[in-house]
Amino acid sequence: METVTITMKNAPALFLEADTISPDAFAGKSAAQIAELPVFEGNNPSTLGKYFEIRGGAGATAADTKIVVSGDVAKVKYIGFKMTGGEVVVEKSTDQYVGAWMKGGRITVKGDVAAFAGTAMKGGEMVIEGNAGNYLGAAYRGDWRGMSGGKILVKGNAGSDTGMYMLGGEITVNGNIDVHVMTHAEGGTVIVRGNAKSKVGGQMVDGNIYIFGTIDVMMPGFKPNGEVELEVGGTKAKFAHFIGDVGERHKKKKGQVVYGNLYKKI
Amino acid sequence: MTKTITDVICPFCGTLCDDVEVVVSDDGKKLLEVANACVIGTEKFLHSQEPDRVTRPRLRQEDGSWKTVSYEEAADYTAKMLAKAKKPLMYGWSSTNCEAQSIGNEIAEIAKSCCDNTAAVCHGTTLIAVQDIGLPSCTLGEIKNRADRVIFWGCNPAHAHPRHMSRYSIFPRGFFTGKGQMSRKMVVVDPRCTDTAKMADVHLQIQQGHDYELLDALRVALKGEWLPDSVAGIPAEKIREVADIMKSGRFGIIFFGMGVTQSLSKNHNIDAAIALTKDLNEHTKFSIMPMRGHYNVTGSGEVFAWQFGFPYSVDLTRGFARYNPGDSSSVDLLTRGEVDAMFTIGSDPGAHFPISAVKGIAKVDSVCIDPHMTPTSGVSKLHVPVAFNGVECGGNCYRMDNVPIDCRKVVEPPEGMLTDQEFLTMVLDRLKKLKGVA
Amino acid sequence: MAEYIIRNGHVFDPVQGIKGDKKDICIKDGKIVDKVGSSAKVIDAKDKTVMAGAVEIHAHIAGPKVNLGRIYRPEDKLFSCTPTKGMERMGSGASIPTTFKTGYEYAKMGYTTAMEAAMPPLFSRHVHEEIRDTPIIDEGAFPVFGNNWFVLEYLKNHEIENTAAYMAWLLNVTKGYAVKVVNPGGTEAWGWGLNCLTVNDPVPYFDITPAEIVKGLMEANEYLGLPHSVHIHPNNLGNPGCYETTLDTLKLTEGIKAKNKFGREQVLHLTHTQFHSYGGTTWADFESKAKEVTDYVNKNKSITIDTGNVTLDETTTMTADGPFEHHLTGLNHLKWANVDVELETAAGVVPYIYSPNISVCAIQWAIGLEIPLMMKDPMRCYITTDHPNAGPFTRYPRVIKWLMSKKARDVQVDSFKHKDKVLSQTSIGSLDRELSLYELAQMTRAGPAKSLGLGSMVGGLKPGMDADIAVYNFNPEKPVANPDDIEKAFSRTAATFKSGVQVVSNGEIVSNGNKRTLWVSIKAKENAQVARDIAEKFVKYYSMTQANYEALGHHFVPNPFAIEVDATN
Repeated sequence: METVTITMKNAPALFLEADTISPDAFAGKSAAQIAELPVFEGNNPSTLGKYFEIRGGAGATAADTKIVVSGDVAKVKYIGFKMTGGEVVVEKSTDQYVGAWMKGGRITVKGDVAAFAGTAMKGGEMVIEGNAGNYLGAAYRGDWRGMSGGKILVKGNAGSDTGMYMLGGEITVNGNIDVHVMTHAEGGTVIVRGNAKSKVGGQMVDGNIYIFGTIDVMMPGFKPNGEVELEVGGTKAKFAHFIGDVGERHKKKKGQVVYGNLYKKI
Repeated sequence: MTKTITDVICPFCGTLCDDVEVVVSDDGKKLLEVANACVIGTEKFLHSQEPDRVTRPRLRQEDGSWKTVSYEEAADYTAKMLAKAKKPLMYGWSSTNCEAQSIGNEIAEIAKSCCDNTAAVCHGTTLIAVQDIGLPSCTLGEIKNRADRVIFWGCNPAHAHPRHMSRYSIFPRGFFTGKGQMSRKMVVVDPRCTDTAKMADVHLQIQQGHDYELLDALRVALKGEWLPDSVAGIPAEKIREVADIMKSGRFGIIFFGMGVTQSLSKNHNIDAAIALTKDLNEHTKFSIMPMRGHYNVTGSGEVFAWQFGFPYSVDLTRGFARYNPGDSSSVDLLTRGEVDAMFTIGSDPGAHFPISAVKGIAKVDSVCIDPHMTPTSGVSKLHVPVAFNGVECGGNCYRMDNVPIDCRKVVEPPEGMLTDQEFLTMVLDRLKKLKGVA
Repeated sequence: MAEYIIRNGHVFDPVQGIKGDKKDICIKDGKIVDKVGSSAKVIDAKDKTVMAGAVEIHAHIAGPKVNLGRIYRPEDKLFSCTPTKGMERMGSGASIPTTFKTGYEYAKMGYTTAMEAAMPPLFSRHVHEEIRDTPIIDEGAFPVFGNNWFVLEYLKNHEIENTAAYMAWLLNVTKGYAVKVVNPGGTEAWGWGLNCLTVNDPVPYFDITPAEIVKGLMEANEYLGLPHSVHIHPNNLGNPGCYETTLDTLKLTEGIKAKNKFGREQVLHLTHTQFHSYGGTTWADFESKAKEVTDYVNKNKSITIDTGNVTLDETTTMTADGPFEHHLTGLNHLKWANVDVELETAAGVVPYIYSPNISVCAIQWAIGLEIPLMMKDPMRCYITTDHPNAGPFTRYPRVIKWLMSKKARDVQVDSFKHKDKVLSQTSIGSLDRELSLYELAQMTRAGPAKSLGLGSMVGGLKPGMDADIAVYNFNPEKPVANPDDIEKAFSRTAATFKSGVQVVSNGEIVSNGNKRTLWVSIKAKENAQVARDIAEKFVKYYSMTQANYEALGHHFVPNPFAIEVDATN
């Protein structure tokens, strides 16, 4: 795997849309060619090289390419947008749409990410070492086809609307999570090792939520369904089981109604 | 002699009453009396007659004072600001007509700007919910003619839409509702005991911030499933009772306002309310409708949608249209420091945005087009006063139920004052020259 | 205005019976003429196909439900918005394009006239604003009548003159083009959450049946002598077994004679016939009844139809058939929008994915193609996708490919997951017919123009007609090597002319043209009773005043083209 290191040298006055910072866009290019990739500061078209110093070179394919993003990229959007393979390491915090619509490969952010990380993600892996903003692994506006595959790990806290319209894949949040978890979900898993506030699993059709900490307010549509012993993400524990959202429509499998599951550690 | 003009449209709220009568002087220059409108609407008409109105553009000087400039100079300034900006925000549009909005969109397209209307701080969340789950709705006449169940959720029409209940929702005797108010059951959901709530057959005094839970509970109750003893401070029996009231009607309607669109859960509250409405259609006929605020915020959404494809918070900076509130929405753009120029028309973000966003306006180049002196004109570098739309010029507007009604001109604007359309056309011509567009 | 001569193209014009002969077409002052001066601009059409501009007889392209579709489907635009380009405004929307994109896409495919298929009268001002903002193409809009309270009350007592007087008033004030009927009576029933599934189901409260509504409207339409006939979307759309309701509806034409000065011969136009030609009792035994429906239409010359071809895309359904959309959201669980319109109509919107992997969708696809292939007279059958219901209109070139090439159909059938079921439930596999270019010109130009009563104005290349012309990069003398070449050729014209102005050159927009709004202006007899009834309904039941109801003024209809009808005799 070849490594390209890009370091912010001229920070943008506004925000930078850099959807070309992805192994797919870099693949097969030299540092000079990568420097010519288009980026936008507002309506002003520019090139990656105008903002970043570029060292190294990309591999022949996305899978053979690792990108290290260095320097202050707190105002850079769309890192790892639509990537299908390879690796991106962001050394500090960055802005919105990290790994949005990604299909494969791995993204590591050693700081925080803003909203819309992993929007409609299909595959691959994303690790956020800091906190994630709102709409982590959620669907795009109006779309009923949200995150369908891949894994997201947030070591800090996550914002609201995590996993909205989720269909598959897994999101783990080691810290706390804000309101609305897996709203409208029809599959997939969200594991929260910290606390949750409220609106957990609202309008959920199918899927699994595990909360290790507290839930401030339960959704009335989640009905108690006994207790279960489970191993979740390597932790064995006893959980209270709830099924819901009872108010929502549900599919039937072999004559049995299939509900979403909410497990709260006891 | 005076003249009476009938069938006048009131340019205040989304109720868009079109039965107002206005008495004007014989020369059509003075507006003397207003009949049929509510207090707020009457005030809006009469306000145009204030003698101390600003009638020419004013440019802020370095010492903070205003200097009167010509409309030509103001148009030059505006066009140059938009041409130079990397990410201008063109915000407002809710108190002007669709023709002005249309010219504004052309300007925005050439300037590659972000465009947004006041839905950003009121019913934008409704639009997000509609995008997620749809909207079974109807026109206001349907309610007048058929509705026997009327729910007001997080809204207070007695004060915010004063003629709503008398024209459409509670009092009128319609085709199938010959007994008027007697034929309707009224439910109000509001944490406060408002004047609307006082009129209700049932008032659910909900715990603030728990609308989402209560809506979910109503859906559960409709299915006859298990409920906790109390949800959002409302006992389960009461919830079941209201669910029964709803499904036992022939035709029901949920009206909702900013009490649910801008409190905790925002779009999700509306999403759940729409889901409830959809569920109710398995039992009877039910609709749901947002109580839109500005008289033409709905129209702005319509024009944005047919021209760009999205109803608000549209980002044209890359030369094509994109949309994602949270990223492309005005308050976020301003508080995050994403824009470098602010153009405001037909609204007052200075009064309605969070202070962090208003500070964002103060930091950048800014133009405010508004007949009034407002908090926004106060923080803007250029203030362009214009004729009152719906009073001093006509133009199409959309009621809260999306019904288009063409506003009327009833009186002349003060000598030499331009309309929104006229001023925007001047800006457009200048911008085209600056950008070399044919 | 510039003069043009389109030289040496293979001309297909059913109006003059020209079947691919090499001819020159001359343009002067917006019209087709016999000859032009030597300074006329020359368009070289050697080895190309030349036809009149195509005429869209039924599409949902402007108005409240279309825009509701745009508003509530941001995902329909994701990653597909097009930038400003020269004189082209930016565009967006795959299944529900913006107004600008709508005009450009039609023009680029060689279409120059289009009809918005369902205008709720209360929203006519909205429809006209969108029409105004749709560049290039001439457009008209059909106000809906089939659930209108005036109509229901007059026809309950079979008051044809009163119905006609109201019809004339409504067409005039809404600047409408024709009388549209959608799920007659059923949509009014939907006001109470109910429906009318047969032509004999009584409409709640109004004490009338769909059959009486349809028959009465046809009689009133002919009483006025309107350019187009009643244009119907019958009851029971989209359900297994619905073909029987369709046949019952079509039989209502028996005994009614066309009466008009516009060369129209039919008294009823059946739209999106595909959705109305289903047999079976459930989705499991769902089958084609295209043969039964087309057999009847082939025999009965007072009917024209359009197809409503399923294009196998993700799209957005939208119709004034409110109860149908409610039914559909129950099937696919996708987001449901509905608008009931006081005293007049309703509309619903639901996204839909016609998946080639679902047998019902594949059968629908086959039925849409069977219908035109089974119709004997191409002048009475027109190609539509009921845009966007069965697919976006931008897929016309693909539909044309399927109709012109048996090979293309076979390739598609072979790719279906449930191929055997498609072959057993339809006769698509045994239909060898391939449409000729002449038949295509009949089905997309001369035919729809005639049905609309515009046959002397558009849809042909006869001198004196509007110079609406499409030149395609398609050489009819060369055998088609790959059916995809057909689709490619009809996707982008070499040149499109609209009213004598070249609007497209090599697939690119070169002028925004001079679009017109087509409407029918009727001079009708005074009818005091109807005038009183209108005034009373506004005072008592409408939510707006009568004085504000009309679509009046330059900002709604900046460039009107009124078809005059004198119905005073």
